[in-house]
Amino acid sequence: MDTHTLVSLLWEGTLQTLYMTLVATLVSYLIGLPVGVSLIVTGPNGIRPVGIYNKIMGFIVNVVRSVPFLILMIACMPYIRKIIGTGIGTSATTAALIIAAWPFVARMVEQSLLEVDPGVIEAAQAMGASNMQIVLKVLLLEARPSLMNGAAVATITILGYSAMAGTLGGGGLGDIAIRYGHYRFQPTIMWITIVVLVILVQIMQEIGIKAAAKLDNRIS
Amino acid sequence: MTENIISLQGVTKEFETRNGKVVALKDINLDIAPGDAYGIIGLSGAGKSTLVRTINLLEQPTEGKVIFDGSLLTGLNSRELNLHRRKISMIFQQFNLLMQRDAIGNICFPLEIAGVPKSEARAKAEELLKVVDLEDRAHSYPSQLSGGQKQRVAIARALASDPDVILCDEATSALDPKTTRSILKLLKKINEERGITLVVITHEMDVIRQICTKVAVIENGEIVERGDVGEVFAKPKSKAARRLFFPDGRDRETAVGRTSTRNRVRLVFDESNAYKPIIANMITELGAPVNFFYADLDVLGNKQKGQMVICLSEDRAMAEKQKEYLRRERVEVTELTDDIDDLLQEEGEA
Repeated sequence: MDTHTLVSLLWEGTLQTLYMTLVATLVSYLIGLPVGVSLIVTGPNGIRPVGIYNKIMGFIVNVVRSVPFLILMIACMPYIRKIIGTGIGTSATTAALIIAAWPFVARMVEQSLLEVDPGVIEAAQAMGASNMQIVLKVLLLEARPSLMNGAAVATITILGYSAMAGTLGGGGLGDIAIRYGHYRFQPTIMWITIVVLVILVQIMQEIGIKAAAKLDNRIS
Repeated sequence: MTENIISLQGVTKEFETRNGKVVALKDINLDIAPGDAYGIIGLSGAGKSTLVRTINLLEQPTEGKVIFDGSLLTGLNSRELNLHRRKISMIFQQFNLLMQRDAIGNICFPLEIAGVPKSEARAKAEELLKVVDLEDRAHSYPSQLSGGQKQRVAIARALASDPDVILCDEATSALDPKTTRSILKLLKKINEERGITLVVITHEMDVIRQICTKVAVIENGEIVERGDVGEVFAKPKSKAARRLFFPDGRDRETAVGRTSTRNRVRLVFDESNAYKPIIANMITELGAPVNFFYADLDVLGNKQKGQMVICLSEDRAMAEKQKEYLRRERVEVTELTDDIDDLLQEEGEA
């Protein structure tokens, strides 16, 4: 393979990986953020405890999280194929990533919101804030730095999942590593994909840490 | 027109715990008049924090009525309750400021909740920063403020919604004595100048002495005594009140612990006699000495009050004469002997 082909192959793989990761993270947050908030709000010490909902939703989250990503992806493939028409490639992988990642995101969000001082929530209640105002103006805003850190961790985890999906023809850098590095015995390509993945993770981690610090006003 | 701004009627609160039912409040009846600085004092675990939280229904009473400014709060839906809560502000031991907002942002918060336009809220917040002497810290975040400054921001925040009442839940317990005094002074000023009713929860007698006009003593979820601060201080009837008001800790040890004499008395002086040399006169007139164990003078409510623990003459007849003399001079005399020993013993066991 000449250098030009190699570079364009890797470039395309990187873009696919980024596309899958970012779209899947975004959609996972669209689902996982409200679910995480609802778990906190309806929890036993929440501002509006609803035991049944909390137990059922907590159970669903736990079950989905218990299944290893590759197994979950294989199990979901027939359904994904039915719905979006294909079982391989970036779209199918993105769908599988969302199915696997939203419960993870929900738990991350729940953990971040747990860090908010209950006294501050009590103060807002004493002021006559509605539950919605407490969620929007207290919980989410006070937990902002922690949510940001969580988002970085979630993005990196989803990036890792997307690379695994490569073994099932999922597209992206993982796909390249398997097809060229493994099946065609091209260790150079294998190592290049690894380096690119490491760089991507480093960049995401850095962005996460910087953004969290910038959003945090608890400086002294 | 209602007489009381806050009225608790037969309020009982039970908690379900793993070890069964715990009764935190037992049939509490409490009326607080507008403009009062009402202290609620008790040892930790007495139920005072639960009590203050039933006033704004942060704790739903199991039984009983909570009436605020003529409206029955118990039984309202959360929307209606939230409207009333805007008139009952609260400050806390741990300040409970939003860590991600600066001082002015924190003060604007209750106004934002009430839907006040932003510019209006900001102008008001700036005004209130002046009231609490923090104009220069408008853009400081709570993590950059000292404890006293944080509580001042919290007080400004409490004032933002023009409340009728401020509930103070151990508001000075996390502060050093000097800061405590300045915060209490500020609260007193707010009470006097703005006529805002204060409900002050504390375990410290000093807090009550410095700002309250009325006091209720709570023990094991029950109000065991109540009245004007001066009255309760001079003639505490319940054991709990005596435990709280009599010279405590180190002082009590010097006052009572080192002596086996049985004729110790606690004397309380008020403005009419605090400055007269009553004891000196008594000694010259009756020709019998007394021993001093403890003395202190304080401003209570708006009045000077002094208290003293002395040991009267060994001679019974003479001791009687001395007591008579003191009572004639309108000094409040309480015999300590059994009572205090009981208290000390109880505390030793606990």
